[in-house]
Amino acid sequence: MTAGDLPITTGNPDQGFEGYRFVGYNLYDSLVLWDLSKTAADKATDIKPGLASEWHVDEGNDKRWIFRLRDAVKWHDGCDLTADDVVWNYSHSANDKAPEFDPAQYAQAHFYLGNVAGVSKIDEHTVAFDTTVTDSLLPYELSYWLLISPCRAKEVKYNWTEYAQRPSGTGPYRFDSAVPHQRMELLPNKNYWDAARVPKQDRLVLVPMPEASTRTAALLSGQVNWIEAPSPDAIDRLKAAGMQIVTNAYPHNWTYQLNFANGAFADKRVRQAANYALNRTDMKEMLNGLMLEGYSTLPPSTPYYGHPKIYQYDPAKAKQLLQEAQCLPCRVSLAISTSGSGQMQSLPMNELVKSQMDAAGFEVKLEPMDWNALLAVTREGVDKHKEYNAINVSRQTQDPFNALIRHVWTPQWAPKGANWGHHSNPEMDKLITAIFAEFDAQKRLKLLTQLNESMNEEAALIFVAHDLNPRAMSPKVHGFVQAQSWFQDLTPVSLDQ
Amino acid sequence: MIRYILRRILYAIPIAFGVSVVCFSLVYIAPGDPLQTVMPPDATAETIAIVKHAYGFDKPLPIQFLIWLGRVVTGDFGVSIATRRPVFLEVSEALANTALLAMFAVPLAFFTGYVMGAVAGSFAGRWVDRVVTGAAVVGVSLPNYWLGIVLVIVFAVEYMLLPATGMGPNGSTGFSLLQWSNVQFLVLPVITLAMIPIGILARTTRAAVAEVRNQDFVQTLRAKGLSEWAVTRHVLKNAMPQVMAVMGLQFGYLLGGSILVETVFTWPGSGFLLSKAIINRDVPVLQGTILVLSLVFVATNLVVDLLQSLIDPRIRRA
Repeated sequence: MTAGDLPITTGNPDQGFEGYRFVGYNLYDSLVLWDLSKTAADKATDIKPGLASEWHVDEGNDKRWIFRLRDAVKWHDGCDLTADDVVWNYSHSANDKAPEFDPAQYAQAHFYLGNVAGVSKIDEHTVAFDTTVTDSLLPYELSYWLLISPCRAKEVKYNWTEYAQRPSGTGPYRFDSAVPHQRMELLPNKNYWDAARVPKQDRLVLVPMPEASTRTAALLSGQVNWIEAPSPDAIDRLKAAGMQIVTNAYPHNWTYQLNFANGAFADKRVRQAANYALNRTDMKEMLNGLMLEGYSTLPPSTPYYGHPKIYQYDPAKAKQLLQEAQCLPCRVSLAISTSGSGQMQSLPMNELVKSQMDAAGFEVKLEPMDWNALLAVTREGVDKHKEYNAINVSRQTQDPFNALIRHVWTPQWAPKGANWGHHSNPEMDKLITAIFAEFDAQKRLKLLTQLNESMNEEAALIFVAHDLNPRAMSPKVHGFVQAQSWFQDLTPVSLDQ
Repeated sequence: MIRYILRRILYAIPIAFGVSVVCFSLVYIAPGDPLQTVMPPDATAETIAIVKHAYGFDKPLPIQFLIWLGRVVTGDFGVSIATRRPVFLEVSEALANTALLAMFAVPLAFFTGYVMGAVAGSFAGRWVDRVVTGAAVVGVSLPNYWLGIVLVIVFAVEYMLLPATGMGPNGSTGFSLLQWSNVQFLVLPVITLAMIPIGILARTTRAAVAEVRNQDFVQTLRAKGLSEWAVTRHVLKNAMPQVMAVMGLQFGYLLGGSILVETVFTWPGSGFLLSKAIINRDVPVLQGTILVLSLVFVATNLVVDLLQSLIDPRIRRA
């Protein structure tokens, strides 16, 4: 793993989506899961039934969702999954007065449960989720909410440190052991409710290795069979040693969120100029081919990509737009990080963006800071950070809300939400309200497509790249199919002895 | 002597207090959020406020400091925000892992550096001196993370003689010095860690020995007919206090753990712990580690001072 440490095991993990990929979705399940099967390799992943076998919105109340739980699911500790467990988990993640409340889980899960007003039991295997607003996207939001065993939590008397050492979920792997900061070992859950996903390995050993060269050396020396995110300049060496390099498009967006409240990017022509200024082919070459050229918030395989306006490299047009906007040279300041989750090769990529934008009439000032500091700038929003015209924070685009809505919706203005630069457009807000109110998936798809196309037309972001999620593995590894997702199914993977 | 030791121990208290105030302040001056590790990037202001309250980070800084200090005095260093493990456990385990590296790196560095420096100083200006001094300069100048990566490429990747990273094979639960399957993980980080202290000690010892050899008493010893070996013994003994001061500093450096070396080898020592705590803004771990490491430095300096005064009574304090 690229993570600096082992992800926490008390439910929703830390360490970004890598924590979900290797620990979260292996130990635990959510009511709604992501389809990571072979069929998901050629298209963007979508949700599928998880611990809930089916769900629907209440016919008489569009702020109430009904989830039917799967029968005969057992926690790793042997207890049965019931509707009470779901209600308890909500309290565990959201009710700071409840004895089972865990602030760390609240922090991780609240973002996904923000629209939930309460959860109640209908019968032993049915629960109702009441929402504060009409929310047709709730199943997507619940796909990130991992359920833990109340039995085990009560057994350890809500001591979360102890629970972390004896976690109990319903996932395809069960916890075996962990040496702090060194490795975590998981064993197959032979009784997993989805028989097709019982792991084919004897043991899954997870080792945090934040340093890319260390990961490469560990794979080449045979110490590990699989590494995440080899650096682009190590690919040829790995291939020469017979290693498999696996890549696929996935919902990732290496981008700049823009300051709409003040400064140069408040003018649409300047935003469009910045997009025309970028030669993404050069960027791809610099990264040894390990990226998709980014011309939209979404990778083209996303079902609601549509036919957005494409800003092909055209520095002359960029300069002309800057002239029209009377911003030449156009001074902009970009807050960037030296590294960070999903930031790819942050410094060289930002340097290249700067040189290309400068060549087209901008005068770019890069403001590097560490990842933590950039996250603070991101959360606090543009009101507190007027000095920046844009921030370079990579985003996941796996579900409609995270992909599109949060960037442009007025109620999401930071620090309340993730609309850092306070973008606001009444037409878009109306469209977003319609999306939340549309429960027909096909009709909603059309609205989402319209939103993506509008965001491109407005040049709501500077589009640069989509990562290809490279990973390298020994020739002994078989059976892995890389889904177009941040999450991956490790259960079909087997290893030659 | 006992009064001197007691006095030095008493001096350590304000030093530790000063260090804790400075490290507490620095952690908060740095931009970023101490709860970053438990919050997703898109945490809202409301989420942050509730979590800050739950962790006690909503209180004024002086109050937070006093609460922390009150707990530390009773031996409670708090709980890591990132791992939820007691900080004392985190720091003590990391220190033990670093001490394991130091246990081998210290004798390797001190013996090699001292011998190289003594030989060079004894033959100052001659070809042996030039070769040894050149080697010492290389040792000091090589970035240790670079050296670590090169050693990994040669010994782990190309020849597959040693493991590239980690601290023990899969399935092992503890580190045994009696098993090669464990000990082999020590070899590359120990060599990498020892390289800079070897260079520094070789240069220091060389300078000290060369300086002492030019002093009048050495001439007197020779005039009295002592053998060259006996003269050398006197020279080495007289050069020792100066060398020991540097050894003390290097011992502290080795025991403090090297962030770069431990990161390259994913060695779960105090340097690695510190770097993760800095990146995650894991304030309790950061404060606990810095405090303990500063106390280690204070204790090391005390021991070095005592050893110096034992070797050279002229510098014994009252």
